[in-house]
Amino acid sequence: MTTQTQTGPITEAPSRPISGFRLLLRTRPELILAPTVLIVLLLVWQYGVVLFDVPTFILPPPTDVATALWRGLDAGLLSRGGYWLHAGVTLWEVLLGFAIGSTAGLILGTLISQVRILEATFSLYLVAIQSLPKIALAPIIVLWFGFGLTSKVIIICLLTFFPLLVNSMAGFRAVEPERIELMRAIGANAWQMFWKVRLPSALPYIFAGLDMAAVFAVVGAVVGEFVGAQRGLGVLILSMNAQMDTAGTFSVFIILSLIGILLHGVLRIVQRRVLFWSGPGQNNPAAGA
Amino acid sequence: MALETVRLPDPRPISVSSATGTAANAAIRIAHLDKVFITVRNERVHALDDISLTVKDKEFVTIVGPSGCGKSTLLKIIAGLLPASSGQLRVVDQPVLKPRRDIGVVFQSPVLLPWRTVLENVLLPAEVQHLPSGPTRARARDLLKMVGLADFENKYPGELSGGMQQRAAISRGLICDPAILLMDEPFGALDAMTREQMNLDLQRIWRESGKTIVLITHSIPEAVFLGDRVVVMTPRPGRIACTIDVPLPRPRGLDAMGDPAFGRLTSDIRRLLYSLSDAAPAHEGGGLG
Repeated sequence: MTTQTQTGPITEAPSRPISGFRLLLRTRPELILAPTVLIVLLLVWQYGVVLFDVPTFILPPPTDVATALWRGLDAGLLSRGGYWLHAGVTLWEVLLGFAIGSTAGLILGTLISQVRILEATFSLYLVAIQSLPKIALAPIIVLWFGFGLTSKVIIICLLTFFPLLVNSMAGFRAVEPERIELMRAIGANAWQMFWKVRLPSALPYIFAGLDMAAVFAVVGAVVGEFVGAQRGLGVLILSMNAQMDTAGTFSVFIILSLIGILLHGVLRIVQRRVLFWSGPGQNNPAAGA
Repeated sequence: MALETVRLPDPRPISVSSATGTAANAAIRIAHLDKVFITVRNERVHALDDISLTVKDKEFVTIVGPSGCGKSTLLKIIAGLLPASSGQLRVVDQPVLKPRRDIGVVFQSPVLLPWRTVLENVLLPAEVQHLPSGPTRARARDLLKMVGLADFENKYPGELSGGMQQRAAISRGLICDPAILLMDEPFGALDAMTREQMNLDLQRIWRESGKTIVLITHSIPEAVFLGDRVVVMTPRPGRIACTIDVPLPRPRGLDAMGDPAFGRLTSDIRRLLYSLSDAAPAHEGGGLG
């Protein structure tokens, strides 16, 4: 991603040596265009707010958001006004819920799809449960499990469980029959069939499910904290909103998206290691949930 | 399927395979074998009708016929991947109840696992059979050398051409040192020149390894070039029209295709197949080939 400047097709020989910037623009224009778009957007936002005299509690200029972000990060690690404590709580909920929920979904999806009777029996109910927006259960779960960590983790579990369940089932269903026939021909037992062919073949789908679950996990944490919590970024957003601190709210959005990017990045790194053989376009796992 | 295929009298002297004969050195003995499929629409499809065939030890038998004549079905039954509806099948004088270790299968497509290197793919059957890894690893390297892939053992299948992938699949079929190698149109997807090269290579491999080979093809020249005997099959229901001895001397080079005897055999088989397909009812579909 860093300095791959010679990858693009350079058809004509340049009459004079071209500058590094021009070469970059020609070969990897996105590396220049993406930051440019961001800068233009921020400038329009900044001067648009000033020009049209928009009140800051409706839409604060980016500079105010940056100041609020700095104030929040500058506070002590355990300060209730700072971001570190709340971000830590939310991140912990997300990681715990994501790990438990997606593991459970993966295991159950795998078990169900290995036994045809189970799959036939449960698939109707699973579709029915899936069409229910799980987030609607958040108030009930907070009522049952209180304002603490448990209720958030359970909400996130519910949200991350189904993408993994559905995608792993789809992945196991999509295993190429030729591979199964090959394994039968060489005398593989069910156990070998699973570990050597079925599971690796289903991995692209499972990773697509994990990607989806990571997004849902952050959603679940924030909604759970909205409904009832003492700490967390959701709580912070609610209290800032109540104080008309819109710039603060925006700065919390940045923290939230950083958490999302972090999760996505970690998944990408693992995926690139495990699924090195699965080129782009080779698999288009159907999105569930 | 009420329409009846007209059975022509065999137009020329042929060596009718001795189904009832008790050749002591028979690798495969098939007698009066029938296969009937029930389709999803509850129709009966008579895929194989009264197949009798004896393949001698170390013999190279090719089966040629149009698509839909049930030749793949026959191969899968011999491989133990499909049960026969009725009739007898004995491999090395034992009934075939499930895939056997002394039968290697090479499919129409290479079916290499993309997450395994070429060497690991070749080793897959040995791994499944829990053969000791040291000697099989050496054997896999020898086999890869024999098919001309010695320098590619650490590549992944995606980095190989179609012909190279099929060579790897042949090595995999031979890794457990089976007495019998079954090949289902192994070169169907290759271009003409690669295909001729593969035919020469396969003849050499067969002579060097001393295997019994049954090869399915829909190329008449390929069937004549490779086979000690050519089994001609006709579709709907799949029947053996006749079995033709190929008296051409071994080893056969590409110039053998210019031999008048070669030309006579191929045109005989072609005429036979055309006369039979004219008599056969026109029927669309039929994916039994």
